[in-house]
Amino acid sequence: MTTDSPSEKRLEELREQAWKDGVVPGKGVDVAGGPIPRKPGYYGQPVVKPPVWTWEVPLYFFFGGLAGMSAAIASGAIIFHQVDLARAAMWVAAVGGAVLSPILLIMDLGRPHLFLNMLRVFKHRSAMSMGAWILSAFGACAVPGLIALELHTRQIFPDSLDQLLRVAAGLFIFGSAIFGTLLATYTGVLIGATAIPAWFLHRTLLPIHFGTAGLGSSAAVLELLGHRIAALNFLGFYAAGVETALLIWLSVDKHGGADRAIHEHGSGWLIRIGEVLNGPFALVLRFFAFVPFAAISFLLGALVSRVGWISVGKVSGSDPESVFAAERY
Amino acid sequence: MIGEGLQSTNQRKHSYVQDHVEVGFFTDPSVCIGCKACEVACKEWNQVPDDGFTWSGNSYDNTGHLGASTWRHVMFLEQDRQKGNQVTGSMGLLRPQSDMSAVASAEAEDPFRWVFLSDVCKHCEEAGCLEACPTGSIVRTEVGSVLVQNDVCNGCGYCVVSCPFGVIDRRPEPLPDAGGAFKCTFCYDRQKSGLVPACAKVCPTESIVFGRLDDLRARGAKRVEQLQQSGYKDAQLYDPTETSVRGIHAFFLILGEPEAYGLPPKPQIPTIYLKSAWTAAFATAIASIIATLTAFAFFS
Repeated sequence: MTTDSPSEKRLEELREQAWKDGVVPGKGVDVAGGPIPRKPGYYGQPVVKPPVWTWEVPLYFFFGGLAGMSAAIASGAIIFHQVDLARAAMWVAAVGGAVLSPILLIMDLGRPHLFLNMLRVFKHRSAMSMGAWILSAFGACAVPGLIALELHTRQIFPDSLDQLLRVAAGLFIFGSAIFGTLLATYTGVLIGATAIPAWFLHRTLLPIHFGTAGLGSSAAVLELLGHRIAALNFLGFYAAGVETALLIWLSVDKHGGADRAIHEHGSGWLIRIGEVLNGPFALVLRFFAFVPFAAISFLLGALVSRVGWISVGKVSGSDPESVFAAERY
Repeated sequence: MIGEGLQSTNQRKHSYVQDHVEVGFFTDPSVCIGCKACEVACKEWNQVPDDGFTWSGNSYDNTGHLGASTWRHVMFLEQDRQKGNQVTGSMGLLRPQSDMSAVASAEAEDPFRWVFLSDVCKHCEEAGCLEACPTGSIVRTEVGSVLVQNDVCNGCGYCVVSCPFGVIDRRPEPLPDAGGAFKCTFCYDRQKSGLVPACAKVCPTESIVFGRLDDLRARGAKRVEQLQQSGYKDAQLYDPTETSVRGIHAFFLILGEPEAYGLPPKPQIPTIYLKSAWTAAFATAIASIIATLTAFAFFS
């Protein structure tokens, strides 16, 4: 065995590295414990706690955004006398916002049977409390709004009662539009106002992204349900355009180690794939009039990016150096 | 002070809860011997489940981090830093400066020291978990500590991401009381009966001191001065009063930088981010309504 054989060279390399770095990481050898820590932090332990939320939460963000913004589209449709579209939109709003969202939210609780405790207090400084109230108010508007609208369109009641139903439908639908836009956007505040660096550093972007993704998803679902009209196409262009701008913003507004979970790891890929699907990709497809494909691309992107943001929170929250970088920034 | 033994505030009955006096913990690693009696006492008194019996390989620390079932955590730091002069005997550090010449100087030795620090919930002046809790389960007690009412908590997990110190966590299945959020209670049950928190009660070296917050702050400042005089040049108090957390009720003396202890250098309460986030949310809500109206007005 000569001294310049590859195996000897490898040993020389290890010696060099040990001399330079004081530690040699390698397969099967866990060197986190010592002898002297070379990285800031306590044995790589997280400084803040990563979120405990599981798959229900990104799915809730998706359906909440979809349902909330559907109510906004329903009120637009009502104002401009497009009753069929309004009915479809209110069905999406009621099923997504008053059935699926609460179920997902309750499933995610550690103690689902105590979910009503959410309504014990009203705390404007807690985005979770505000969200619980927004979701409740939304459900309390969307369900009667849908029922009144359906009864009104069927004309089964005498005239005077029908007029009353019409007014009630209008009021409830406008109410659900107001709470719906908040339902779609508050989720960005929810994760933006936390101690997780990659989240709080993007607290302005998050509500814009979640709200706009909700609006685009709603337009996409209604298009896929057969409402191929210019107004929804415009909303599709608007949402995909805003998402494209957000993708550029996210790639410019980097914070180094503090938000590296967005730009590295699997979580970074989820964000990128999601943003490309509901941003530029949906925009180009829509530009060439492949509307159903654009709609599907946007919906997929909206879902993947929601999963991506929760995954970013888990990575960023488990990364002590991102906390130090964000605070020493 | 050190060596007060049975006369120390750790061993006396008190009426702080009845008198609404702000209390705290002062934890001093320079006298900690790493015995983990605080961890054991905490688990026994509060009937907290075990952390799993695994070897971490990280010095003598097999506990890891504070969490739902870990309310006290003794850290073991190995640092290539100069330690201070070793002074032995009771009240040793109170000796006059002139005596110090007789004490072995650490300057000549290789830089290495082994530091132990018992970590605990900080009981923030402005507490992220308390503000975030949507059920009102987390409350402020008469003595200024932050308490989770376990029977009210529905396990939404929002406090977990709102704590700037990563203290509170949701307890996973299949542990007892799983699903709820847990952290140090400051032994509120004991305090109501005039007793001292279990960890402080058992601490054999008064590394953990329980007492009135104002007394402890004065004591901490004095202790830092003593340590610096005797060669621990990087001794400092960790009590982030200048950040939005506005100080902590369980504060620490640390040797070196807070990062080495996994403590955030500038912890912030997440509610300071609410204004910009809600502004963006309202702007998006309004923009979406305008876009919808525009769509129907001009494209139908």
